[in-house]
Amino acid sequence: MTVHRFEVRPVDDASDPRARAICHDARRLGFNLARARTARVYLIEAGLSPAERDRLAQRLLADPVTEQASLGASAPRGTIVEVLPLPGVMDPAAQSVRDAVRALTGHEAKVTTGWRYDLEGLPPGEAEALASRLLANTVVHAVHLQPFHPASLPAGSPAAFQVRHVTLRSLDDAALERLSRDAHLFLSLDEMRAIRDEYRRLDREPTDIELETLAQTWSEHCVHKTLKSTIRYSGAPEPSGPAGTPRPGHSPNPDGSITIDNLLKSTVAAATHELIADGVDWTLSVFKDNSGVIAFDDAWGLCIKVETHNHPSALEPYGGAATGAGGCIRDVIGTGLGAKPIANTSVFCVAHPGDWSEAAPGSGAPAPSGARGREPASAAPLPPGCIHPRRVLQEVVAGVRDYGNQMGIPTVSGAVAFDDRYVGNPLVFCGCIGLIPRHLVKGRAQPGDRIIALGGRTGRDGIHGATFSSAELTDSHADEFAHAVQIGNAITEKRLLDAILRARDVGPLPSAAHPSPSSGYPHAPCGGARASESRPAHSPARAADPPTRPLFSAITDCGAGGFSSAVGEMGAELGAHVHLDRAPLKYDGLTYTEIWISEAQERMVIAVPPENVPALHRICDEEGVELADLGAFGTPGAELILSFRGHEVARLPMAFLHEGIPTPTREAFWKNPAYPHTLRGGSSVPAASMPLPSPGPASHVARLTSLLSHPNIASKHWIVRQYDHEVQGNTILKPLVGPLGRGPGDASILEPVPGSRRAAAIGQGLCPSYSDPAVGGDPYLMALAAIDECVRNLVCVGADPERIAILDNFCWPSCTKPENLASLVRACWGCYDGAKAYRTPFVSGKDSLNNQFTVPAQGERPARTIEIPSTLLITGLGLLPDGGVACSMDLKRPDSHLVLLHTGATPSFGGSTYQSLFPTDAAALPPNRRVVPRVDLARGPRAAKAVHTLISAGLVRAAHDVSEGGLLVALAEMLIAGSLPQRPLGCRVCFPPCFDNPSDWFGELPSAYLLEVSGADWNSGTVRRAISQFEGVHVEPLGTTDSTGRLDLGPGEAPCDVEALARAWRSPLDW
Amino acid sequence: MPSALVIRAAGINCDVEVMRGLTEAGASARLAHLDALIRDPAPIERADIIVFPGGFSFGDDVASGRIFAMHVRERLWGPLRGAIERGACIAGICNGFQVIVQIGLLPGPGPGQAWGPEAPAPTLSLARNSGARYIDTWVGLDAAPGSPCVWTRGWGDLADDVRMLPCGHGEGRLTAEASTLDALEARGHVVLRYRQDVNGSARGIAGVCDASGRIFGLMPHPDRFLAWNRHPYWTRLDAQVRRGRAPGQMIFANAVEAATRMPV
Repeated sequence: MTVHRFEVRPVDDASDPRARAICHDARRLGFNLARARTARVYLIEAGLSPAERDRLAQRLLADPVTEQASLGASAPRGTIVEVLPLPGVMDPAAQSVRDAVRALTGHEAKVTTGWRYDLEGLPPGEAEALASRLLANTVVHAVHLQPFHPASLPAGSPAAFQVRHVTLRSLDDAALERLSRDAHLFLSLDEMRAIRDEYRRLDREPTDIELETLAQTWSEHCVHKTLKSTIRYSGAPEPSGPAGTPRPGHSPNPDGSITIDNLLKSTVAAATHELIADGVDWTLSVFKDNSGVIAFDDAWGLCIKVETHNHPSALEPYGGAATGAGGCIRDVIGTGLGAKPIANTSVFCVAHPGDWSEAAPGSGAPAPSGARGREPASAAPLPPGCIHPRRVLQEVVAGVRDYGNQMGIPTVSGAVAFDDRYVGNPLVFCGCIGLIPRHLVKGRAQPGDRIIALGGRTGRDGIHGATFSSAELTDSHADEFAHAVQIGNAITEKRLLDAILRARDVGPLPSAAHPSPSSGYPHAPCGGARASESRPAHSPARAADPPTRPLFSAITDCGAGGFSSAVGEMGAELGAHVHLDRAPLKYDGLTYTEIWISEAQERMVIAVPPENVPALHRICDEEGVELADLGAFGTPGAELILSFRGHEVARLPMAFLHEGIPTPTREAFWKNPAYPHTLRGGSSVPAASMPLPSPGPASHVARLTSLLSHPNIASKHWIVRQYDHEVQGNTILKPLVGPLGRGPGDASILEPVPGSRRAAAIGQGLCPSYSDPAVGGDPYLMALAAIDECVRNLVCVGADPERIAILDNFCWPSCTKPENLASLVRACWGCYDGAKAYRTPFVSGKDSLNNQFTVPAQGERPARTIEIPSTLLITGLGLLPDGGVACSMDLKRPDSHLVLLHTGATPSFGGSTYQSLFPTDAAALPPNRRVVPRVDLARGPRAAKAVHTLISAGLVRAAHDVSEGGLLVALAEMLIAGSLPQRPLGCRVCFPPCFDNPSDWFGELPSAYLLEVSGADWNSGTVRRAISQFEGVHVEPLGTTDSTGRLDLGPGEAPCDVEALARAWRSPLDW
Repeated sequence: MPSALVIRAAGINCDVEVMRGLTEAGASARLAHLDALIRDPAPIERADIIVFPGGFSFGDDVASGRIFAMHVRERLWGPLRGAIERGACIAGICNGFQVIVQIGLLPGPGPGQAWGPEAPAPTLSLARNSGARYIDTWVGLDAAPGSPCVWTRGWGDLADDVRMLPCGHGEGRLTAEASTLDALEARGHVVLRYRQDVNGSARGIAGVCDASGRIFGLMPHPDRFLAWNRHPYWTRLDAQVRRGRAPGQMIFANAVEAATRMPV
């Protein structure tokens, strides 16, 4: 069969915006690229006649108005670079083209797609360099400097089958450790010993697949062994909790240390269970399932999950972030008996792009032709093996964008934190919220249920992702773990979702009542296919509707560990027998172990009563979803049995798999002083080799302008506008608010059930700089601040503080180091105290505990490890009984009063943005200002309730929390949001009486809110009276609004133009 | 009650909102999968209103809307032409707009000319945004006075602050030969124009209709503005402004009304 090569290119430059973007980016990197041209390349291997070829070119591949197609390779116009996926890497377009070729010509084809770039003005060496910097990632792409036209496209070859046993019983400790590392098991010596001892007891050697199964199941990623372990904590004492009562599961030892039995259970989960016991009656499923579930109304629950995908994103940011989003979405789909995803969130932590040289990484040499033209002289060389943070951010955004947008799920909320210690190990948090009928919150596989795999085919991609996530990143990981990295295919997952929701909402019997395929309505909130003819599919569930009965009795996604984790979890109590040769494969050549542990994307496993399989089959056929029956749940003795081509390759007791993991006591030691302590000299977080700046400008306006331009504060519209935050049509408060859509909303709101005014708000709290002891921080304080910030964000938009559920995501450096484990313990204490005080139950969470990057020795410089700052992300889901009370943060009117609502805390600067920008000034502050702010756990929750009372009473025109950058930054953001050139808003403010240091404008204040209220309500005392019941909560007048378009700080400061502030705030990240 | 048909395929993801808009406007709406219609096109033959909703059909692979349009051109042109000739109201929104221009439904034959036995060759294209990436933003729209378009009746009377819709697309830059654009403008077939540049679209065109005014395509999403609290700054609009049908919902209501008065 011939490989036909097609090139499709724009007819003119005006039709090639991508080429313009490449030129722009290339010039920024210092390449003298005179001109670029792009073309899509399609390699189609099929027996096509010339007429069929033309038909494909004209009817499928090229747009008749803006493109032209040609056969073969056209003449070069400059140096050619072609980028194609490596064999075996997901190529979604190829799958679509293959299907379309079949539809158009009837031929089965093999297809590869790629891009060709004709680069004028670049010699081949530079073109290749540009390709690796901008156009390709060699982890997943092949780069050719010639048109690529092979004689045939790669095909797998069948693997020889042989059951492999691993010698284990005779190994000593050294050999066990070597095996763990060489086989990429990443198990500890204790764990290896436990496995060895089990096989000694079984009196045989393990097969390779058994060992892999144990490694997957016991990976940090799957079992959270650190957070669930017993920990002996010593060092600075435990901070006392809000009530002064001891925390559960904590026992003091005679030597002053504390033993904590199961850290997670004794802190994060304990808070939830104690709150439930104390009357929080609206959680439906906590910690057990793939996501946490809370009640939304009588008929519906909301599920929420946030995952990290850090290590894959370090190697291949686009694919890593996209598959992170895809995996979290599947967690929500795989909750209970299936939820419909209704919103996504995305949070990134990356290094400051401006701090790192964009010269070629690791080479030590500057990029070609003077790349350093526009970057600051202080930019540090990038450590080898790292991708430049600008590219990381661009690509992780693109990954989340493409996956979420294509799935039709609005990405409504997020955050970005910049810190140079994320340079080798960026953090990518992907969240998803789902809507689930309350009667479907729990699922359970039954003996005899078929094990059905749905969705994408299994390939060699994503092998060892679960264990890789437990490893530490080094510069050689891109080579060693390329197989752990994947590209997603959102449309495969969308099909899967459509099919699952239909199978969920259809009765169990494939009878005459079964709906015709064309009426199938996969997205109905309830009632589904059956309902679409009889009533509007979107109408809310009514009590009269009979509950739907899914075709399946349990569902879970294939995430880390692939089938091994999915089947292992679903069959933990029943046992399971899996025939691995029945899994549909992308190509020949996979071993049975690869099939079992592959983390190929877009797959789910469901447990289906045998009588429902035909009905499920029909739905899957109609939705274009592949289905495979891998075996059955339920084995005598609850064993996991794996077969391949009729041979048994594994037999493991589920009990050993799930309970055999040893739980050693881990040591935690906090060497830093207890809070409060003050700064030791300057910040430990200056950009690599950046000199400390001299004292900042004297004027407050100039300082404000600098703060607004700091990347942590600057507008993220460049990111937000790439996400579809409106699909599904239910986003009633957008991430960017105000008449020009430029205000940074505190949280977004959805009205997810049509016909109901109930609404859900989604927001975050993230303040990693507060965890750093070097700036007076403490992970305990970070956790409190993150919960407080999350609650404030939700309350500002109108959420009821009595109905906020939260999630934790711990991203820590290696917790085998006692200091880091102690930091984790302190953060967990903060989670417990904060959740109890705010009455915000944790409903789910996820941890990633080995986030650091080892830079190899270079010449004189020894190897060094860059640990990320201990980073806790709190994600919150709050409810509004009526979305009509929603409040946005844009200033509304020129006749309002501005009011600061606070708890009497002193503005402080430890870990503040001000401190990182003006360290010399911050160091000169009085000691009580140089600490990290501590949330008042009695007054903070009252402040939240006070604000909610005011908003519910309709007394608030706009509300915004005072967070990074302090009060003036919050005020500036409200002005930028509400003012527009033709209808300007301004304000005149006075220094609040509760402040005393001139810098207090920029100090960070926990539990503080900035509110816009009417002059009448303020002057009449209505506002004060409404919150007089909240002890310790203060309101103070800050100033008044007007229509000057200027911020006036009073005597001594020239009024400053709001549009100038807007420019300072919007330009830094306007990429 | 007019019957409406909403056509989905793998990757279409705005079908729910469109169903809601049509149903709330009083249509009896039915959702059908493209593959099912290829097997049995009867629903097309019965429909008074047909909507191609937004999304990423087939992942936008090759180009947005291309594969969906190819299937319709190859397999469903006959029934679709029948629906057009019966006077059915047809709209393509966002990805649906990309689909219907590639089917050749827009701009359609000149006044008095008939549709042919084959789908017409496309003369409009919705190409990659000039900014080379996806953008989600609300945008003000100007409605051409005197346009024959039945879908946008009353839109010209809306206040500037609410005559808006959200855009969410990566390939929305309308491109055509100058003569094609001239003809569209001369005949009043340019229905909606962006008040500011969103995607580099030729002459700021956001939506166009055919000579009958019953076939309409647009990049912005009326299906995302079915209720007033979807407006991007409804929290600062006067309650008086937020009365009656939301502007997005008006578009579906117009179609239902036009279909009710459809000549039999």
